[in-house]
Amino acid sequence: MNRNFASILVGAALALASVTAAGAGTLEDVKAKGFLQCGANGGNLIGFGATDEKGEWSGIDVDFCRAMASAIFNDPTKVKFTPLNAKERFTALQSGEVDVLSRNTTWTMSRDSSLGLQFVGVTYYDGQGFMVRKSLGVSSALELSGAKVCTQTGTTTELNLADYFRSNNMPYEVVAFEKNEEVLQAYEAGRCDAYTTDASGLYAERLKLVAPDDHMILPEIISKEPLGPAVRQGDDKWFTLAKWTLFALLNAEELGLTKANIDEKKTSDNPEIKRFLGIEGDFGTPVGLSGDWAYNIIKNVGNYGEIFDANIGPSTKLGIARGLNNLWSKGGIQYAPPIR
Amino acid sequence: MNKPGSAFVRDSLLPARAPPPNSVGIVGWMRQNLFSTPLNSVMTVVILVFIVWAVTPFFRFTLVNAVWTGEDRQACATATGACWAYVKAYLPQFIYGRYPIGERWRVDVVFWTLVVGLIPMLIPRAPYKRLNALFLLTVFPVIAYILLTGGHHQFSGRWIPNSWMSPSPLRFAVEYALVSAAVFGVSTLFSWMSGRPITGSWRTLGFILGAFAIVLALVSLDFGLVPVETANWGGLLVTLVVAITGMVASLPLGILLALGRRSNMPVVKLASTIFIEVWRGVPLITVLFMASVMLPLFLPDGVTFDKLLRALIGVALFNAAYMAETIRGGLQAIPRGQYEGAQALGLGYWQMMRMIVLPQSLRISVPGIVGSFISLFKDTTLVIIIGLYDFLGQIQASANDAKWASPVTGLTGYIFAAMVFWAFCFSMSRYAAYTERRLDRGRR
Amino acid sequence: MATFLNNPTIRGWVFQILFVLVLGWFVWDIIDNTSRNLQKANIAAGYGFLERTAGFGIVQKLVPYTEASSYGRALFVGLLNTLLVAGIGIVLATLLGFIVGVARLSSNWLVSRVAATYVEVLRNVPLLLQLFFWYFAVLRSVPGMREKWSFLGIFHLNIGGLHVPKLILGESAWMIFAAIPVAIAVMIFVAKWGHERQSRTGIRPPIGLINTAVLIGLPVIAFFIAGRPLHISMPVFTETGPLLRRGFQTDSGMTIIPEFLGLLLALSLYTAAYIAEVVRSGIQAVTRGQTEAAASLGLRPRQTLRLVVLPQAMRIIIPPLTNQYLNLTKNSSLAVAIAYPDLVAVGGTVLNQTGQAVEVVSIWMIFYLGLSFLTSAVMGYFNKRVALVER
Repeated sequence: MNRNFASILVGAALALASVTAAGAGTLEDVKAKGFLQCGANGGNLIGFGATDEKGEWSGIDVDFCRAMASAIFNDPTKVKFTPLNAKERFTALQSGEVDVLSRNTTWTMSRDSSLGLQFVGVTYYDGQGFMVRKSLGVSSALELSGAKVCTQTGTTTELNLADYFRSNNMPYEVVAFEKNEEVLQAYEAGRCDAYTTDASGLYAERLKLVAPDDHMILPEIISKEPLGPAVRQGDDKWFTLAKWTLFALLNAEELGLTKANIDEKKTSDNPEIKRFLGIEGDFGTPVGLSGDWAYNIIKNVGNYGEIFDANIGPSTKLGIARGLNNLWSKGGIQYAPPIR
Repeated sequence: MNKPGSAFVRDSLLPARAPPPNSVGIVGWMRQNLFSTPLNSVMTVVILVFIVWAVTPFFRFTLVNAVWTGEDRQACATATGACWAYVKAYLPQFIYGRYPIGERWRVDVVFWTLVVGLIPMLIPRAPYKRLNALFLLTVFPVIAYILLTGGHHQFSGRWIPNSWMSPSPLRFAVEYALVSAAVFGVSTLFSWMSGRPITGSWRTLGFILGAFAIVLALVSLDFGLVPVETANWGGLLVTLVVAITGMVASLPLGILLALGRRSNMPVVKLASTIFIEVWRGVPLITVLFMASVMLPLFLPDGVTFDKLLRALIGVALFNAAYMAETIRGGLQAIPRGQYEGAQALGLGYWQMMRMIVLPQSLRISVPGIVGSFISLFKDTTLVIIIGLYDFLGQIQASANDAKWASPVTGLTGYIFAAMVFWAFCFSMSRYAAYTERRLDRGRR
Repeated sequence: MATFLNNPTIRGWVFQILFVLVLGWFVWDIIDNTSRNLQKANIAAGYGFLERTAGFGIVQKLVPYTEASSYGRALFVGLLNTLLVAGIGIVLATLLGFIVGVARLSSNWLVSRVAATYVEVLRNVPLLLQLFFWYFAVLRSVPGMREKWSFLGIFHLNIGGLHVPKLILGESAWMIFAAIPVAIAVMIFVAKWGHERQSRTGIRPPIGLINTAVLIGLPVIAFFIAGRPLHISMPVFTETGPLLRRGFQTDSGMTIIPEFLGLLLALSLYTAAYIAEVVRSGIQAVTRGQTEAAASLGLRPRQTLRLVVLPQAMRIIIPPLTNQYLNLTKNSSLAVAIAYPDLVAVGGTVLNQTGQAVEVVSIWMIFYLGLSFLTSAVMGYFNKRVALVER
């Protein structure tokens, strides 16, 4: 008996041993394994994190991970995506299953303080909205008194919804589903008068309805939903790297550097551009990267504006205007500290 | 007997008369089986009406009004029947999920190897059962694992400090050798103390450790296959992987638990009973939630498990409890005389179990085991709740795809899924019934 | 040394001690890792979070609950919802299961075929799929929120659910409920008297009739004595005004939400298929001789089934039937897929808001384990009673 038992124990021990172990720093680990593990949206949110029929990922959140991979490896393909749902995303990051969580996650204080994560910044300023059938004849969320509202459980959405209706003294009924496929099916069937989630999500989900034009998104935005990537607490170097990847994307747009013109701009006399491209000063080494890290990001992925336009901008099916997400210099609130 | 005066007595039987026309043929059958009493007649008519009422719309939806061809949702936008064009367009996704298109042949190879290996196993009269089982349980899993994931694992070891030896496959090999040596040492010590031949235990141990080393070596080799993360697996592939792995992994565990529950050792018995009853007492969903959100908390810092693997662990543990009860039923059906006979021959506990009891009881349990495989197969659909995309999950996800969304897409998907699941489960339950009949005949 | 180790008793103990050590080390390792991980994530262990404000709404609540209630309250609401759907589901599944099980053995070919088809189809399709089918397919086929289908003028069905009149209890309504146990006591007495009378005189008094009268009569009498403390609130359907205000008004009548109906339908139909098989094999296990003996005593087929076959079959049926009841209760946790707020669904939301994974999972486990131990204890007792009659 002991023989068999021993062999089982050995087997179990070795199986455990073969699991990858993380070392001291995330950056070192990522460099050692040769790719970045990125937690993305498993619910096919068009424009933010979605896969096509061939399994090819696209979206703003996805492009952020590609930008990080470009900064580290100068190769946007050296990133692997883990599709995550709302419930498991934080555990996945906490336990080290992913190196960075870029899954349209709202930055809140409790998440920043008590869930063991740290938000890098804001890739998209969003807010919660409502989608209703045009035939309902409602033009404002304040007319939704007594409405039945469908939403996805396990997000801040559910709480904002309750707060909004309570503070406006309106009765309502919430039907909360586990997955957004189910929310959409129920809304489509007419179980609910309204569908609520982040406005960006509403635009994306509307495309999946049978007759998208029969539905409208109400103008009210009832919450602040700054969406951004997050990393684990306790690795400042990695946090800095992620943060400055985002700032590089924004600074590039502000400096007018695009995927197409960045090579010509190498000859520019503008000191800011020179610093950005790593021609003047060395900003890469302190964060553990090469001097041309920012150049690599823009060359491979493009600047923030390009990413926005390619995934959700007015020319795409989603057709979302820049609005708040425009640069501070153009009427929005996207602002990045300078590279110097 | 031919006396005069009894001429009116027949001396031969009359030929049998034809039965009354209303008791033979279709009419007779109907009289007997459908209209034997007034109540029966009423029931027959009611049921006939019910069948027509229920089945006609079904056929109208799935066949008559169905849309068979089309490029996108325009084809089905106004349809009143099933949108089979959508199923046709998404069939590859239903089967492979997001598995890269260029690599799908690997899944096919695994699938057909399994079919080729399994069919002779299921035919009772096919020869080479032992070899076949050996192939399915040892060679096949390794092949399947390498093909599906791409192999090329980089073992680097984890116990020897980095300052002594940098992480590398070599370090892992050294660690493996050390562990093996320790195991050999312990077994030698034990054999020496209990006065048994040392070489005997060495042979088995050496075999197990050697086989394990070969497997690890194979898995770490680079066959030039592109690695495919499990996050990209989906569809029928995930359903089959979860069901089959869950089954195979739970079988040995279930046997151990069943033996533990019938053991004379109070501690072992108590532990097995608690394990079995706890898992059987809770719904699979809570187990899956536990595997997806709690298991990462159980592990030391930095050690992570793949999501699919976590679900597999949950499913295997859950199923093992049910399996244990099935096998325990089989063990109980073995007459005491078999145990006593084995003991009288001087066999030890494990010898008795391995050579006398388990072969008989497992054979009795086959229908039960197939039954629990069917429920496991159906239960794999629950993995969509923790965000894995199995067959049903893939169908549900695609029903809302912007390209094919239409009023009938969702229903079509569900009907298609139901048909596929039904075909799998029904044929398995038929097979279970067949083995049961065969066993009954054998025992009589 | 050698003999010492080869002594089976000592070996047994050595092995058990080793086993406990390994198990203990394993459990300790898990606990240690968990507490360290929780500490790192700044999550406070313990059940204190149950007092905090939940902040989310629940669509079906049997006890008062608002967004301002606590997480503990929310979980309690979920627990009651689980019990509700499981309780009603068990009754429906048992009824349907017995009908189908008996129908499978019917001499009518068509009836037995239809029953067999029912069993084979329902048992071989995953419950989750059936649940999706019933919920989404039925949702799409019923009228929308501002329309309705009415039956008898009091039951109305639309996508918002089944709208039925609601009973509002007055203060002295307790008398009506008190009359029910009294009626049951009287019924037992009548049944005993009837049996005694039958064995004495051979004439069977109309017990069924008397008992039905008692069961309905006593509460009705109590209703009038208490001064008619029941009021009925009819569902109000508005067809004018702004679109959102049309349809059934929330504060009138009672609304049974479609999530509940879908879950109930799927659970009952699915479990009934299993119960039918249990019933069929139970009946078939009663030997033919019993039926023939009953027939030769002059019992009619119906009497044979009721007095001879079923009582004997029940002994075989009860243990697997209990199992099916437990399965149904556990399967009700699939509610999470169609937004019915049962214990698991609400717990999932709580888990997500608070991150208290260990605590929430432990609450689930305690509930389901407690329920399954309780049920098996009750059924074990019942089984013993039935088995004793055999001798």
